[in-house]
Amino acid sequence: MKTLKIEELSKNFGSTEVLKKINLEIDEGNFLVLLGPSGCGKSTLLNIIAGLETINEGDVFIDDYNVSKVEPKDRNIAMVFQSYALYPSMNVKENMIFGLKQAKTSKEKIEEQLEKVSKFLQVDQLLERKPSQLSGGQRQRVAIGRALVREPRIFLFDEPLSNLDAKLRVEMRREIKKLHQQLKTTVVYVTHDQTEAMSLGTNIAIMNHGVIQQNDTPEKIYNKPSNTFVADFIGSPSMNLIKGNLKENSGDLFFTVSGSNLEIPIKDYDFKDKSNLNNKKVFFGIRPEHIFFKKFNESDFEINLRADLSEYIGHEQIMTFDYANQELLAKFPSTIKIDLGKDTKLYFDLTQASLFDAQTEKRI
Amino acid sequence: MQDNLKSTSYQQLEQKSKYTNMFLRWFLYFILIVFASYFIFPLYVMVVTSLKTMEEIRQGTLLSWPSGLNLESWAVAWGGRGYGAGDTFLRPYFWNSIKMVVPAVFFSTFIGAMTGYVLTKWRFKGDQWVFLFLLFGCFIPFQAILLPMARTLGVLGISNSVVGLVLVHTVYGIPFTTLFFRNYYISVPTELVKAARIDGAGFFKIFFKILLPISAPIIVVTVIWQFTQIWNDFLFGSTFSFGEAAPIQVALNNMVLSSTSVKEYNVDMASAIIAGIPTLIVYVLAGKYFIRGLTSGAVKG
Repeated sequence: MKTLKIEELSKNFGSTEVLKKINLEIDEGNFLVLLGPSGCGKSTLLNIIAGLETINEGDVFIDDYNVSKVEPKDRNIAMVFQSYALYPSMNVKENMIFGLKQAKTSKEKIEEQLEKVSKFLQVDQLLERKPSQLSGGQRQRVAIGRALVREPRIFLFDEPLSNLDAKLRVEMRREIKKLHQQLKTTVVYVTHDQTEAMSLGTNIAIMNHGVIQQNDTPEKIYNKPSNTFVADFIGSPSMNLIKGNLKENSGDLFFTVSGSNLEIPIKDYDFKDKSNLNNKKVFFGIRPEHIFFKKFNESDFEINLRADLSEYIGHEQIMTFDYANQELLAKFPSTIKIDLGKDTKLYFDLTQASLFDAQTEKRI
Repeated sequence: MQDNLKSTSYQQLEQKSKYTNMFLRWFLYFILIVFASYFIFPLYVMVVTSLKTMEEIRQGTLLSWPSGLNLESWAVAWGGRGYGAGDTFLRPYFWNSIKMVVPAVFFSTFIGAMTGYVLTKWRFKGDQWVFLFLLFGCFIPFQAILLPMARTLGVLGISNSVVGLVLVHTVYGIPFTTLFFRNYYISVPTELVKAARIDGAGFFKIFFKILLPISAPIIVVTVIWQFTQIWNDFLFGSTFSFGEAAPIQVALNNMVLSSTSVKEYNVDMASAIIAGIPTLIVYVLAGKYFIRGLTSGAVKG
């Protein structure tokens, strides 16, 4: 039994297709993050799961029960919004029990739930206050509390941290993580922040233009992106994608760029399909953090590149190198001194490299 | 040497700008005083005249101070002289106006709040068109609808009655009240409604429990606007009612114009002030919210 299952779901607003044949499954207790740039349809998908948006095609199942035409309140879900959406005229207590009251829960049960949740979230001192008298973090907690008291099967979070300042955001992120560890409720969480997605999710579904690009664990998403969009979207700075060809030379495969004698051996690369590799147009992908200034692993590949630009950002520096007239970014500790305009010895960790078909932009 | 030169020229410049500023400031005060007196002058004349006897009015000038606190003209304006026919006074019409303005303001405000709520929080296909047509209602000259409205009131059997006027004012208030509430509710995050829906609240519950309690500023604005409009209305009042069912503005007109013998300026002035007092009271009581409601709008938290 899947806690949440989405089958062939499509949604359009007028002639704009927002979601195209989405398929998604979540097991009990998992934390799924929907990640993508703005306008990719992630919030719409969340609203559809909540029942706040209608569906054009496809179905949504919660615990194997088709809820596609079920009212939001009967779906056994709770949602935390970006603006928290606390009812301004009600105090914290009234806010938290509003849903239970609508559901005609008994007074004793309401009191019991309220006490449990407010203690748990440490808002029991704030029960009489109005939302306007609370700080950002407190509002956030009350919003989560309002969702918690209903004991839902699935928690839906719609960019809950983006209204907080940077410091509080990191704090609340950890609190949400702790909360999930303690409660083990299934969560669907929408964000455009990759750090949030990476640190919170047990699964990340990366979306673009209404299509799920990759749905995997954070490690897989980072290490083995399934296409150039995912490779480019995750990581800061994002993965270097160098355009070139695969060349076979006396039985070994190399990555080359036309008009340059630079060659990278890729004999140990784990191809999905080993046929027709010679002369294939590809992107060679390597993350800036997998380029070193000295040999760390025996397998590291040594190469000489000219340093063009240095961006100092405190704890580290981002260096731009010239790779056959294409930019290549690398991340080093800021203590390393590298001269600009000169060839520098670099070491690529080829075990972390990715190759993408230049036409389909898919991982090969 | 060079420095010296510089510092003196800076001093001169400083002096110059000081004088310019001073001149501009006094000029500003002058303009403000002129306009303020321009506005206060008629009010002064009204109040002063209403406190004079006819004798004083004939002998004194427009601006001269009354001899004492003579409230007789006020009593006459409100309650009449007490002799039978032809004695028009404001009291019954004042209550007519109250009976008209209270329900008309209430209904138009309430319906406007409802439509504003639907147009912003329960969007439907073609809702922009509905709003556009409602907005169009704000621009229709009222003279254009007098005849059809008179016919409608006749068919409904409520012409020449306070009920009829309530209906007219409610209907023609809705475009404005809708506009006010729509513009207010559009700044209320729709997530509030979504949250309430997940919590299990329906259409009316969301309106009464969540939106209405935070609408105080815009309700005040709407009430002031509608109250002023309806209380001060003369066109609808004079067209759709006459005789005993007339609102105060119509009665005021009749009273001032139908004086048979001498023009009693003091009574006229007192009547005009009485007719204007309720709007004044509404402004004084709610004016603070009026400004706040017009300028704010965003609901935080």
